[in-house]
Amino acid sequence: MKPPSRWIICQHCDSLFESVPLIRGQQAECTRCGTVLKRGRRMSVQTLFALSITAALLFVFANAFPVISISFEGLSNEATLWTSVEALANGRITPMAALTGLTIILAPMLQIALLCWLLAFANVGRAAPGFKTCMRMLEHLRPWSMLEVCLLGILVAIIKLAGMLNVHPGFGLWALGMLTVLLILISDKDIHHLWDDLEGQIK
Amino acid sequence: MSQPPYARELNLMLCHTCGQVCLLDEHRCARCHSTVHARKPDSIARTWALLLAALIFYIPANLLPVMRTNMFGNATENTIMSGVIEFWKSGSWDIATLIFFASIVVPCMKFLILGFLLVTCQRKSRQAMGERSRLYRFIELIGYWSMLDVLVVALVAALVQFRSLSSIDPLLGIVFFGLVVVLTMLAAMSFDPRLIWDAEVEDV
Repeated sequence: MKPPSRWIICQHCDSLFESVPLIRGQQAECTRCGTVLKRGRRMSVQTLFALSITAALLFVFANAFPVISISFEGLSNEATLWTSVEALANGRITPMAALTGLTIILAPMLQIALLCWLLAFANVGRAAPGFKTCMRMLEHLRPWSMLEVCLLGILVAIIKLAGMLNVHPGFGLWALGMLTVLLILISDKDIHHLWDDLEGQIK
Repeated sequence: MSQPPYARELNLMLCHTCGQVCLLDEHRCARCHSTVHARKPDSIARTWALLLAALIFYIPANLLPVMRTNMFGNATENTIMSGVIEFWKSGSWDIATLIFFASIVVPCMKFLILGFLLVTCQRKSRQAMGERSRLYRFIELIGYWSMLDVLVVALVAALVQFRSLSSIDPLLGIVFFGLVVVLTMLAAMSFDPRLIWDAEVEDV
């Protein structure tokens, strides 16, 4: 016997509900603990796909261009995301470089790549090869992607240094700002609807 | 209003990866093939272990300096707290408050709240279950903002490198601090909030 797929279980308190279809902007909350059970779909697969490609482009810009540059008595220097990771890679501090690299470069990069892959296929109504693995990875990556924290960190660093040097926000910072907003939008639960959309095709 | 039934009482459980309703005797979700458990395995023991490890690392994270600032030969070493105080004294109370919250209030809140949730779950307390559920969601939400200080140190150290004139270098304290962040995040992930509600079900 297979339980009916219209049932829904609250992940925080194990309550069982019967799921009702939601329209855009609606959300269902657990009556016992108040957790959001599901949200009405905010974006279509097409929109999500378009935004993922945009995010991929912005990711390239955010990494290729410096996020902050400083000048000081004729000397100047600039930092990209990668050089910030490298700055932690010396001596006993090295494990921190790996962690920072994961949270501000690797995790967002994988998220965007996986989203593009999954949505490119979903856009033509098919399940991408390795659909299950990709969806699982996306789920596990989400807590480790910390671009919004990174953005705040850059702003704090700018203010911290502004007292002693000339600090200029770089082009990479604008790209990163937009990327952060996009990534919050596309890495949301909307992608979960793919499980239902492609129900018959997942092998 | 009558409360909804618990899934476990009906021999059902949730797949966390895809949201599918699975039968209690299955080991893998029929739809996405992830491993499924009725409750996260050894949730209480694992959360305690990770939380205590984080608490131990929190001591060197606060005592050891996180960075060395070298300006024209004047080297100063800052711990997290002394960095906050420096900001405060130099007039940027807003940034000082921000870092104080991200690096000190958030980790301490995680220790207190997770510890509190663990103790009340072990005592099978039935009080304020809704509020405790909300507390859990709250620490899940704020947890990763403590990475702020690590990222600031990384950025500043990458920028200020003018050989002998001035430089900023990361120090060992930042490793311990990063470990605290990772361990508290793992602790929050291994805690199973459904244990809060299990107290209500008699036969578990």
